[in-house]
Amino acid sequence: MAHIIDRRLNPGGKSLENRQRFLRRAKSLVQGAVKKTSQERDIKDVLEGGEVTIPLDGMHEPRFRREGGTRDMVLPGNKKFIEGDYLQRSGQGGAKDSGPGEGDSEDAFRFVLSRDEFVDLFLDDLELPDLAKRKITQTESEGLQRAGYTTSGSPANISVGRTVRLALARRIALRRPRKSEMDELEARIAECTDEDERAALVAELERLKAKSKRIPFIDPLDIRYRRFETVPKPVAQAVMFCLMDVSGSMSEHMKDLAKRFYMLLYVFLKRRYKHVEIVFIRHTDRAEEVDEQTFFYGPASGGTLVSSALQAMHEIVRERFNPSDWNIYAAQASDGDNSYSDGELAGMLLTDKILPVCQFFAYLEVGESGGSAFDLSDSSLWTLYERLRNSGAPLSMRKVSERGEIFPVFHDLFQRRENQEKAAP
Amino acid sequence: MTDKTGRLFEGADWDFHTLQRIHDACEAVAKKELGLDVYPNQIEVITAEQMLDAYSSVGMPLFYKHWSFGKHFAFHEASYRKGLMGLAYEIVINSSPCISYLMEENTATMQTLVIAHAAFGHNHFFKSNYLFKQWTDADGILDYLDFAKTYVSQCEARYGRVEVERTLDAAHALMSHGIDRYPGKKNIDLRAEEKRAGRRRQHEEEVFNDLWRTVPKGAAKSRSVLSIERRRKLLGLPQENLLYFLEKSAPRLAPWQRELLRIVRHIAQYFYPQSQTKVMNEGTATYVHYRIMSTLHKQGRITDGNFLEFLQSHTNVVFQPEFDDPRFSGFNPYALGFAMMQDIERIATNPEAEDREWFPDIAGKGDPMGVLRDVWANYRDESFIGQFLSPRLMRHLRMFHLHDDPEERAGIRVDAIHDERGFRRVRRELARQHDVGFIDANIEVVDVDLAGDRRLILHHHVIKGSQLNETDAKRVLQHLADLWTYDVSLIEVDANDKVLREYVVSPRPIPAAA
Repeated sequence: MAHIIDRRLNPGGKSLENRQRFLRRAKSLVQGAVKKTSQERDIKDVLEGGEVTIPLDGMHEPRFRREGGTRDMVLPGNKKFIEGDYLQRSGQGGAKDSGPGEGDSEDAFRFVLSRDEFVDLFLDDLELPDLAKRKITQTESEGLQRAGYTTSGSPANISVGRTVRLALARRIALRRPRKSEMDELEARIAECTDEDERAALVAELERLKAKSKRIPFIDPLDIRYRRFETVPKPVAQAVMFCLMDVSGSMSEHMKDLAKRFYMLLYVFLKRRYKHVEIVFIRHTDRAEEVDEQTFFYGPASGGTLVSSALQAMHEIVRERFNPSDWNIYAAQASDGDNSYSDGELAGMLLTDKILPVCQFFAYLEVGESGGSAFDLSDSSLWTLYERLRNSGAPLSMRKVSERGEIFPVFHDLFQRRENQEKAAP
Repeated sequence: MTDKTGRLFEGADWDFHTLQRIHDACEAVAKKELGLDVYPNQIEVITAEQMLDAYSSVGMPLFYKHWSFGKHFAFHEASYRKGLMGLAYEIVINSSPCISYLMEENTATMQTLVIAHAAFGHNHFFKSNYLFKQWTDADGILDYLDFAKTYVSQCEARYGRVEVERTLDAAHALMSHGIDRYPGKKNIDLRAEEKRAGRRRQHEEEVFNDLWRTVPKGAAKSRSVLSIERRRKLLGLPQENLLYFLEKSAPRLAPWQRELLRIVRHIAQYFYPQSQTKVMNEGTATYVHYRIMSTLHKQGRITDGNFLEFLQSHTNVVFQPEFDDPRFSGFNPYALGFAMMQDIERIATNPEAEDREWFPDIAGKGDPMGVLRDVWANYRDESFIGQFLSPRLMRHLRMFHLHDDPEERAGIRVDAIHDERGFRRVRRELARQHDVGFIDANIEVVDVDLAGDRRLILHHHVIKGSQLNETDAKRVLQHLADLWTYDVSLIEVDANDKVLREYVVSPRPIPAAA
């Protein structure tokens, strides 16, 4: 007789714990591999998780292995050889070297990371500047959570299973007579002809009846209610402003760089906050709020007035995102060109309106691929931001000209810093 | 539930009643026609993901946690996702009851094949082969694994995961040298083993008294009293079971570390018969499934279509590429074992003159199943091939023997082919290639310098000039030295006791926690 058991509903992922141990052990290797992989791939693909290759060296499990020396082997499929023939070592028809999968073929190891694992590892040592927002604790909601059983509560919360279980245990312990026993007795009484025996049976039946009255089927003692607890759930919300210069001087390559940066920032924020809003603002010499599609792919061209975008952001903040409720982040990408006359206005907007409400403002200056002219002199915007930063504004700035640099720069901007300036409480 | 036609199932679909019916039909054939003796069967249906899980913990249903299983899981999963690797149709565990895992994706025909193959073929082999009888405790293994799992996690809670991992890593590196190759006095009884472990721990806890540590011991006996021979004998040297030696004699291991070594050693020993009987084990299972499926077909219990589907899988399994085929990677144990067993059947029932000369004991004896059952019970790969590989099969597979001496300029020499002069040499050589004792490096502890610096001295007896891979050897020795906590030296010597190479490794400092 065989037992046939369906195990398909058993929890899978028995290896999960082992897998986590492995990842923990290989963390630095995997992290390196993740960063390397992410430089080579589209952001979208990167955030889907996927395969990484790590050197096996650190994860190698050594065994005593023999190698070299004279070898003997028996092989199938001889077609023409006779005893005493010699085969060329590297030539056709010779024996193959040691089988595949042995020896050095194992020096690199590929495996698949889930999306979460991937992003976690990628963002592991990153942190949002000033994460402790002044007002986070104020916006809390309450949630319910199961918390065991209780002896009192509302009828709606009776736990039937638990109650019946307790009742059953009590009935067994107190030996409450079963209905089947009494039915049997009754049947015997009905059949019984002998008077004495009948009396004994009736007495027995009476005893059982009395007992089952004393020991109820369900006693109030048995009743259990499901208990719930309220747990506070902090709600943190963030809004990210993406400001992009789409004037004629921005090439496709530059937009691509900017786009990658924004995507990363988005994923990063998504990890840290329950609610993340994104506002896309693109500007030429005038700014408009657009949807994602238009932002990245819409054709637009014209002159450049950075202040227009800043003005737009300022208005949107005033209308929709009360700085006391929202963590506000902004990332600006530009090639650094700005009308000469606009510099002062932009500086003023930033100092007076934008930076005071922002947790963090990242400025990314994008350049042409190869970007040799890029280093020659600082652009007008760069100079402006540098001045602001030196006066202590929460502002970071970097220059990027190659795709592969996006990740390191992003990393740089959001690296966990020991002595991060704290916002005033 | 069988319908009028007596078919076990129609088409490819199956449900649990079908499985039961299939099992019963297979059982009838296995017991009546083949005379197999099996452990009770437990058949479990699992998903592909669970199959991957099972793969990565060496096929066991429960196992202790360790990162290397996670590594294997990641590795298998990656190659499975890329389509580089198909999943096995089944995994079967040498335990009582014998557990066979079936994948839910299999068709009804495949389930029949798998039940015939695993639940009867492998199962019979596990129960009857002498190596398994000698070395494994089918009744106790699952309990023991459960104990191991709990014990390891308790150790982690008490002594820290890093510490436990260090010990297990070291034990794993030495796992292939944690085996007794020759049967000892006692039978393996893992349940008693587990109980003893519990009692040992309890005893240690009860009698533990920190004060004793500080009581001065009497004057040590002069070391010279112990003659070298006596010392070696006391330590049980030479000893090829390195894990056993460390467990018993390593001076500074904590009791729980010894217990971990013991666990790894027991598990290694449990798998030892499997590594010696790949050809026979797979051959038996394949032969059995072939017989059962053919009988079911003959009885009309599976349709022609189902039988064709079976034949296709079967031929894939027993396909043996030739040496110059790009798919060639050595002898396929399924193919070789199956061919040899069919050959034995032929020799027993319908021998030729040559067979009578080569196999006087079984040629024409009739009762092929009796002969095969006897073979299954009493041989391992090496002796099986050495005894039963027939000239006819060698001709059929066109086997030849190559000798590759790196010194030889002219190339690789063809030493023997499938002709009168070569049969015995080819057979002997193939048998030798399946001898585990020959494949694994022959390493043993020969001495401990007790009087001096307590250095542990190991010898590797080099065969045919094949030395250890240097990088790996150093790493394994590092693990060994960490457990031994004093220097370890490994000397590679050839047959004439000439020293070819010597490794000396010092232990890494033990972290403060230890």
